[in-house]
Amino acid sequence: MIAFILRRLLQSVIVMIAVAAVSFTLFRFVGDPINSMVGQEASIADRQALRDSLGLNDPIILQFGRFLGNALQGEFGISYRLQMPVTELILQRLPATIELALVSGLLAFVVGLALGVYTALRRRGVLSNVIMTASLIGVSLPTFLIGVLLIWVFAVELRWLPSNGRGEVVALGDWWSTGFLTHSGRLALILPAVTLGLYQMTLIMRLVRAEMLEVLRTDYIKFARARGLSARAVNFGHALKNTLVPVITITGLQLGSIIAFSIITETVFNWPGVGALFINSVRFVDVPVMAAYLMMIALIFVVINLIVDLLYYAVDPRLRVDRAGKAH
Amino acid sequence: MTKLARALSLSASAAALALAAGAAQAETVRWARVADALTLDPHSQNEGPTLALLRHVYGTLVSRAVDGSLTPDLATSWEIHPEDPTIWVLHLREGVTFHDGSAFTAEDVVFSYERVLHESSGFRAIHADVVGAEAVDEYTVHVQMSGPSPLYPNNLTNFFIVDKTWAEANDVVAPQNYAAGEENFAVRNTNGTGPYQLVSRDPEVRTVLSVFDGYYGDAPQVTEVIYQPIPEAATRIAALLSGEVDFVQDVPVQDIARLEQTDGIEITTGPENRNIFFAYNATSPTLRSTNVADNPFSHPEIREAMALALDRDAIRQVVMRGQSQPSAAPLPPFVNGWTEEMNAYGAPDYERAAELVRSVYPDGFSVQLDCPNDRYLNDEAICQATVGMLGRIGINVSLNSQSRSLHFPLIENLETDFYLLGWGVPTFDSAYVFNFLVHTREGSYGAYNGGQYSNPEVDAMIESIATMTDLDERNAVIAQIWEQVMEDRVFLNVHNQLLAYAVREGLNIDVHPENSPTLWTVTID
Repeated sequence: MIAFILRRLLQSVIVMIAVAAVSFTLFRFVGDPINSMVGQEASIADRQALRDSLGLNDPIILQFGRFLGNALQGEFGISYRLQMPVTELILQRLPATIELALVSGLLAFVVGLALGVYTALRRRGVLSNVIMTASLIGVSLPTFLIGVLLIWVFAVELRWLPSNGRGEVVALGDWWSTGFLTHSGRLALILPAVTLGLYQMTLIMRLVRAEMLEVLRTDYIKFARARGLSARAVNFGHALKNTLVPVITITGLQLGSIIAFSIITETVFNWPGVGALFINSVRFVDVPVMAAYLMMIALIFVVINLIVDLLYYAVDPRLRVDRAGKAH
Repeated sequence: MTKLARALSLSASAAALALAAGAAQAETVRWARVADALTLDPHSQNEGPTLALLRHVYGTLVSRAVDGSLTPDLATSWEIHPEDPTIWVLHLREGVTFHDGSAFTAEDVVFSYERVLHESSGFRAIHADVVGAEAVDEYTVHVQMSGPSPLYPNNLTNFFIVDKTWAEANDVVAPQNYAAGEENFAVRNTNGTGPYQLVSRDPEVRTVLSVFDGYYGDAPQVTEVIYQPIPEAATRIAALLSGEVDFVQDVPVQDIARLEQTDGIEITTGPENRNIFFAYNATSPTLRSTNVADNPFSHPEIREAMALALDRDAIRQVVMRGQSQPSAAPLPPFVNGWTEEMNAYGAPDYERAAELVRSVYPDGFSVQLDCPNDRYLNDEAICQATVGMLGRIGINVSLNSQSRSLHFPLIENLETDFYLLGWGVPTFDSAYVFNFLVHTREGSYGAYNGGQYSNPEVDAMIESIATMTDLDERNAVIAQIWEQVMEDRVFLNVHNQLLAYAVREGLNIDVHPENSPTLWTVTID
């Protein structure tokens, strides 16, 4: 068990270094930050001096080494754009992204599960067909378009919900701000959460439906029916339970991608999260923020995958037997 | 937010009632723009949105009115020292206080000079001719220049004055230094003399300002300003349509017509201090991107042909949807040195242009055009339209459009043959254009002269106007320089940009030529 964890940890570290290396190579193609940092009056000599002082003239390998060294100490420097420490900037923005991701993940899971079960049980129902057709829209429409459409209907025409921002937030301790506790904060969450969760919701719904149909065909369901158990006990007690294992795995893994790919939703709704921060940083070639953001996303994926691997190890006895067999 | 909007619309109607009764009332303006101020440090970033926001908090010695003229602010008057033409004498306003209550004196101006001239300041180049400042008495400052600088007060409109005691107490005597790796206190805290003081700031989310009771000028009608950057154009406009903001500064040209027809929303347009032009390398013996052996732009015929082929009115109608002022003059109209003759342009003549090209290159030639796609209004579309126009006369242009962070280094490193650039003139004087775009690149001159134009006579004239004190004589030399530059067709100007502000009905905001609206001058119907 310990050897397994150590091996996975080592692999995770290698993944992180690889992500850092790839992103660093990419930064060379994003452009020159100096132009955005100085006014148009700055002389060429001044620009060179600033470039020198930031170490941008050093060979890329040296810059990379310096970045890794600092990153190991949790030090990501000062943002070129906002002049604030990068770690603080990201930590400040993280609550907004995590709250949005959690709400949309939960929404996707609950609604997706309910609709999936319903369409599996009432396979030929009219409503089921309507839901299945509508879900195609969720899968195929780009997030950007869905966001703009929702804004148009609910903010501009009906004026029920705010079009952008996070509403009023309440600070919890030094490092967390929440929108859950205010009315405007909760209202502001609705549209972006629906936009971000729609794709996952249709994905989960289709997954649940397919798994459920599969399980309903198995022998033990037939036997359960034959025993005279109520439809409710068969469907929810036996069938649904057995569908849930893959669904939970997928939902967990999708949570990582919701956080990582909230960029578009955050841009459309002007949501002050890390995704919007990243996009603004790319426009400005704010290398310290871009590097720290990509490292953070890599870390989130690595941690989630590590947890999933460990869960498999705990859940699936075959993995353990295999290892034990090899050891002897 | 809905609640807030409701409360605000209530308070707006209450304000209307109160105004009818002749009483003043608290009024909030929610102001949305494409980008946030990068910092609140007054001497760090010489950048549009940063200056526009800071102007509400920090005062300047001299202000720029909407018509482009200079008006007194913290300095009530200024003159060249009667005995020494290299000294500017500034007479300061008395009885002004900073937001923390301390008095504004000559010491603060001298200190602000030291800070703005510091190595890490973003405004050093604007005050490059300043040797030092000295307080003569409590309300008089002598600014020693390296030579006579008759137009220097034009450079004071973006020079914010900070409180010396505050800066020293908070250890912010110098602006942010990136390499030091620490955040400066002044990045998020302010103490100015401006009409508004900072209430709260969440970078890139919301900045709240409220009126400063001790402001020396007329009490503003707008008592609270909520500044919200909204980078996405569709969201910005939606926020205005849904009543969540009152004033949108960056309105995309394609939305203007629709917004004009929307009830409750007004559009104000005005010329911006920025012209958009093409420039090309006519100096080097060869080009990097052409298929001919010599440099096609070195032939006057080709430069003339390109001028004949550029259909400025078509660009205005199709690309800019009417939101531009076509012009052949490579400078905005408020700038000293601009003339009607320079501005005038003829109708395109493709036959004559094609003939001129054929006279040099019977089979035409090809060249690459470098263009930014995220810097100016519809910049990429302007380039695309021009590629089509030049194609009609036998110039096969391949378009390389990319982000500004990749485009501008091409000009700086002289790696482009033919490019698009926009230029604003913050000093409102031609010398600024000459110094950066026309003079041969050497020392502090010619930083944006990507076409490598070089004419020793013109260079000598440019250097001479820097220290000329007789303004008539100086203007004559400026006219002479322009004559040469226009004759050599150094630039192929397209148009001047227009700005559009969208506001909720009842707010009267003037379009500022530097795109730096002043909310304390806003009136409310």
